[in-house]
Amino acid sequence: MTTHFQPWLIPILPLVGGLINGLFGKRFSKAAVATVALFFTAASFVVACGHACILLNSGADALETSYGTWIRAGSFSVDFGIYLDHLSMIMMLVVTGVGFLIHVYSVAYMEHEGGYYRFFAYLNFFMFFMLTLVLANNYLLMFVGWEGVGLASYLLIGFFFLKDSAANAGKKAFITNRVGDFGFLIALFLLIQHFGSLRYATLIDITSHFPVETAAGFLTAIGLLMLVGACGKSAQIPLYVWLPDAMEGPTPVSALIHAATMVTAGVYMVCRSNFIFSRAPIALLAVAIIGTLTSFFAATIGITQTDIKRVLAYSTVSQLGYMFMAAGVAAYSAAVFHLMTHAFFKALLFLGAGSVIHGVGGEQDMRKMGGLRKYMPWTFATMTIATLAISGIPPFAGFFSKDEILWQAFSSPHGSKAFWFLGLVTAFMTSFYMFRLLFMTFFGEYRGAQPEAHSAHGSHDDHGHDSHQGSPHESPWLMLGPLVLLGVLSIVGGWVGIGHRFEHFLDPVILNVSADQNALPSAEAAATPAGGEQEAAGGYTDTEHLLMYLSVVVALAGLGLAYLLYIKSPELPAKIAAGIGGLYKLVLNKYWIDELYGAVIIGPLLAISRVVLWQSVDQKAIDGTVNESAVAARDVSQVVRMQQSGLIRSYAGWIAVFAAVVVAYMVWMGTR
Amino acid sequence: MIPISWYLLLSAFLFACGVTGFLTKRNLITLFMSIELMLNGVNLSFITFATRLGTLDGHIFVFFVMVVAAAEAAVGLAIIISVYRTRETLNVDRVNLLKL
Repeated sequence: MTTHFQPWLIPILPLVGGLINGLFGKRFSKAAVATVALFFTAASFVVACGHACILLNSGADALETSYGTWIRAGSFSVDFGIYLDHLSMIMMLVVTGVGFLIHVYSVAYMEHEGGYYRFFAYLNFFMFFMLTLVLANNYLLMFVGWEGVGLASYLLIGFFFLKDSAANAGKKAFITNRVGDFGFLIALFLLIQHFGSLRYATLIDITSHFPVETAAGFLTAIGLLMLVGACGKSAQIPLYVWLPDAMEGPTPVSALIHAATMVTAGVYMVCRSNFIFSRAPIALLAVAIIGTLTSFFAATIGITQTDIKRVLAYSTVSQLGYMFMAAGVAAYSAAVFHLMTHAFFKALLFLGAGSVIHGVGGEQDMRKMGGLRKYMPWTFATMTIATLAISGIPPFAGFFSKDEILWQAFSSPHGSKAFWFLGLVTAFMTSFYMFRLLFMTFFGEYRGAQPEAHSAHGSHDDHGHDSHQGSPHESPWLMLGPLVLLGVLSIVGGWVGIGHRFEHFLDPVILNVSADQNALPSAEAAATPAGGEQEAAGGYTDTEHLLMYLSVVVALAGLGLAYLLYIKSPELPAKIAAGIGGLYKLVLNKYWIDELYGAVIIGPLLAISRVVLWQSVDQKAIDGTVNESAVAARDVSQVVRMQQSGLIRSYAGWIAVFAAVVVAYMVWMGTR
Repeated sequence: MIPISWYLLLSAFLFACGVTGFLTKRNLITLFMSIELMLNGVNLSFITFATRLGTLDGHIFVFFVMVVAAAEAAVGLAIIISVYRTRETLNVDRVNLLKL
């Protein structure tokens, strides 16, 4: 290790920025707050880039450093340590890079909001926790970051805390996450119990002696519990319900936390734990099934939503499902690849949506937009790039990663045709609803009523300012800059995956598992010939080419359908919706999942809490005990206080009587 | 020689007189004198036993009691004077402010 290797700086720099802004920001000017936030984020990004170079130049699989012991209990100990390998390197670059761009964007976007310093302090705190999560060298430190980003997410969703819906959405996100965290925590306990350590390197070492569990064993249990945690954080079925509501937060927050970084923590965790999941095929299958179902269901909901941010939220859930599907078929590198490209194009989509909302004065309903192409050419151009990217149309980034996932779902020994087929259908729906969003927002005529745009402020937007203008307008350059940069990344970001280069890039992280997968020879057998054929066919097999064309066709079909329905004959969607009334209503209302949870879980929970815990246990038992003992003390005192009459002779009489009693007792004792 | 029981009976009689006086009288000064009577009754039994057992313990105790009684007399009389100044009575039944 050279003295240049100081990875602790990467998470600490945003923490310093957050502390400065959080403690003193109230007295700073807006420019000063923004400067502090941007400086420390940028510094963190620069340091992260430097360390990425160090890692790549060192040729090592992973660089690990420890900065002292945190907990020591017998033979069990946990360090403040940093583990830098190719996986955490990608994550940290995405977090700091995209994070910095979003900070820049926020400077302009949050200009007119109250609590400017609070916003940036939270945002920097989020960066700190996210980097802790990503760079930790053990699961406990990861869990600290895991909880920390949950806290930051709660604070930022409820940033406009005077609005009931925002405060409630924050609570919903936090509580739903707690359910998942519970699973994660149990998984950690199991790890400690069985392996006596939470350090990745130690665990990888120990587990390498374990065979693949064909039946359900404790590795499967750990895997499934980790999946519960990942489901909470990454908004998978059945814990996805918080993410759409999280859109109550400011749009840059949605972009950074609820699209690009925090929600991918679950995917990162599954990939990081590949040494466990690869030995627990049942857990792996569960990951794949949950991922596939989530991506499919979320996409269907996304088709019917009219709130621009909610469409993107469901699209995020759906894309996260893709990543889980990839991880579930043991194609971890494909999952991380999609995670990275998704961070680019989904951050871009959200920032673009923010720019649109900014431009039309806080309106979020796509039905009241339209024709914005003329007013906001840059936003339109970048949004188009992102839409093409997410739809999987080459040569944009999403195509490469999504195609990789579909191919892996099709061909991996852990995959199946069903995953692939549902993935393909989802790809079609993704393309459809994204172009629907694009067409509804940017094409046709502007449907928002100019003067009324102001009165809509504050009703359901999160961005009620800009009352100085009537018609839509382009956003300032401070906002467009990040859009353009992310646009470029959304185009070129996928090219690193050409010829399976990205897959091999992550080999050091994944390899140490598959190398000893002797118990599952089919996995090796299927993986290596594919690699062998690569050389001949320029990196791809014929089947892979065929699937590739198929997914492009599907994406174009989605585009075509959206064009047909929303540009050629805009009256058709309403007719179709009327035609399949029941089904449409079901999907429009998100399958009534929220209502179902409300009736099945939250309702009974509230009822039990109110009737049993509150009114019986708390009010009757606990309060009752306290109150009754107070009443008893008072009643006894009422009698006893009569003795204090103020009459000296009465006191003296009592003394005499009891003195006589004592004397009599002593005499009696003496005579025995 | 006078039997020891006579001394003790006298001592008990003095003490009983003190107790009875304390419980029945209302005048503060009378109460005060009753207390002195009780103390001296006890003193008498101390002396009796000390003489009988041939030790000095009882004598020393009596001196202590007398010292304390002297101090008590000083403080007590001061209190009685100040009670009389403020309440204009020495009837203990009417000096009953210290109650609930």
